[in-house]
Amino acid sequence: MADPVTKSPPAHTAEANNEVVLSVEDLKVYYDTPSGPLKAVDGVSFTLTRGERLAIVGESGSGKSTLATALMRMTRSPGRVAGGRVILDGKDLLPLTAEQIRRVRLSEIALVPQGAMNSLNPVMRVEDQIIDGMVDHSETGRAAKPELRPRVHELLRRVGLSTSVSRMFPHELSGGMKQRVAMAIATSLSPKVILADEPTSALDVVVQRQIMQTLGQLQEGLDASTVLVGHDMGLVAQFADTIGVMYAGRLVEIAPARQIFQNPLHPYTRLLIKSLPSLAGKGEFIAIPGLPPTLLDLPQGCSFNPRCPDVFDKCSAVTPQLLEVMQGRSAACHLFEQKGEDN
Amino acid sequence: MSSGYVARRIAVFFLIVWLAASLNFLLPHTANVNPVRQRLARLQAFGVASGVTATRASGEEKSLFEETVKTWERKFGLDQPLWKQYVRYMGDIARFDLGFSIVNFPASVLRMILQALPWTVMVIGLATIFSFILGSMLGALMVWRRDSTMLKVIGPPILALSAIPYYLLGIGLIFILAFTWQFFPLSGGYDYGTIPDVSWNFIRQAGHHAILPALSIVLAQIGFWGLHMRGMMVTVQEEDYMQLAEAKGLKGTRLFLRYAVRNAILPQATNLALTLGLIITQGVLVEVVFSYPGIGTLLFSAIRNLDFFVINGIVFIIVLSVGLATLIIDLLNPILDPRIRYQQA
Repeated sequence: MADPVTKSPPAHTAEANNEVVLSVEDLKVYYDTPSGPLKAVDGVSFTLTRGERLAIVGESGSGKSTLATALMRMTRSPGRVAGGRVILDGKDLLPLTAEQIRRVRLSEIALVPQGAMNSLNPVMRVEDQIIDGMVDHSETGRAAKPELRPRVHELLRRVGLSTSVSRMFPHELSGGMKQRVAMAIATSLSPKVILADEPTSALDVVVQRQIMQTLGQLQEGLDASTVLVGHDMGLVAQFADTIGVMYAGRLVEIAPARQIFQNPLHPYTRLLIKSLPSLAGKGEFIAIPGLPPTLLDLPQGCSFNPRCPDVFDKCSAVTPQLLEVMQGRSAACHLFEQKGEDN
Repeated sequence: MSSGYVARRIAVFFLIVWLAASLNFLLPHTANVNPVRQRLARLQAFGVASGVTATRASGEEKSLFEETVKTWERKFGLDQPLWKQYVRYMGDIARFDLGFSIVNFPASVLRMILQALPWTVMVIGLATIFSFILGSMLGALMVWRRDSTMLKVIGPPILALSAIPYYLLGIGLIFILAFTWQFFPLSGGYDYGTIPDVSWNFIRQAGHHAILPALSIVLAQIGFWGLHMRGMMVTVQEEDYMQLAEAKGLKGTRLFLRYAVRNAILPQATNLALTLGLIITQGVLVEVVFSYPGIGTLLFSAIRNLDFFVINGIVFIIVLSVGLATLIIDLLNPILDPRIRYQQA
């Protein structure tokens, strides 16, 4: 309870409040390469309710950062959104004009970037970098600037920084402080969704924990939903309500955090959790055999089948769909489809 | 930026100028050429020196020649010991007394330079700044608006122009725009027979004459600035702060100017200051091609006529302007880029 990283049971858990804030439907992001489209995100769907903390985990190259970028509609060439819908608060973001999506960014969905070391403009003072986002979203434009200065101090205090930071340049701050500034920016317009793309990468563990604590407090204070993208299962486990596991551009399992750790369904999730070091158990780590597949040349059927310990005939023939296999739990694996059919 | 830093930079500036002035003094002395003797020998060849006539016996002529050389050496102080000459030279330099032209005696070198300098600064200097702005914006936009058809069509040829030396461009421009079509005058800074003054008519005339030399520099330099800027913009676009800035939903112009260009321009600014310091030498060939009354033409004719004092004076002015440009960069850099901090060495 005293641990602020772990969420204290609030009035509005995913169960208590089912108001859907963000809904992603069959999202596809492809990179055009000379040897055909590379399907970095291939048919990902999930929903996010108000106040929910969803974590998307996966190894490098699983498409999780591409997914995050696509949610802000910031996919860069040669990448392109090849299909699907991203519905934020009832509004599909994908068909919006450039000016419309610009207004949505920061004010409705805000990014806490990966590796805050270089995320701030090196030649601008911190306060100016917090203010300019607010100015560009205000009706009065530049005229709003003087009124916003006290707001900067408030934002800085909220992320645990001294107000003197406002006059500093990024190179005068530590990595953790820069990430706090980035969080102050992300929360400056009280967005509905905070998108944190590996917010603790390149930070040491002590700072990682502090950053996650602050992120959690901000999210609860704003009653915002959070999508946390990461590869650190331990960090994610403490923070998220729901965990989605990505493999080769697809979500293979999505389930409440506690359940996924107690009883992982998909073989990949199972192996992923087994490979985590633990303080209690000594002995060798169990690694997942094989290597992640090249996205340009995916195995037939289930992408995980060459590495899967439970592989059977159907796996190399048919691609499994993400289906709800238990109350509140979905997995994309033929093992559970069969169970469903048998029952 | 501390006042100690500023003081140190200014001290270094004077040190550089002093060293350059000393070299400027010593180098001609190591060359073992006597400018007075050479000049007089040349005049003698035309038969004008010391009123010599061909009927005089050659021995008599020779002693007369030596006497004349001595007289002139005394007049220019060249008969003094080296250290005395050096001290006098330094004293003169400190007062900006650059001596007299040998060829155009008694015109003072300083006055000749001051007459030529405004032409060079106005035309070559402004053209450099103009091409810096145009080129940087072109390079930046070529990256920013990758899909623009107009930039795709006009961008690469303009960048390719930087491969052509500007004096060749100048000759080409003269041929097409001044000789064939006669839109612009062929050469000079103003029409022949006009006395330079500050009148609307004269300024218009000078502007008309300045267009072609300036254009040849602008055309040749745009590509240089454009290529550099394009390279920097590509790098900057990949930076994490550009991603966050986009995620902040900033307006396009702010994203472009305050984030992308502001960071990409930093190395360009240093380049600009150094280029401006070198405009005198850069402009030599352009000015010669257009017979423009600037420092470049003055230097060119001084070298041709072995007018040592003029050459010396111009070289000193070049050192001074490069030193000044470096000083300005050093003082400006910490303001442009807050990451640059100068520590006590």
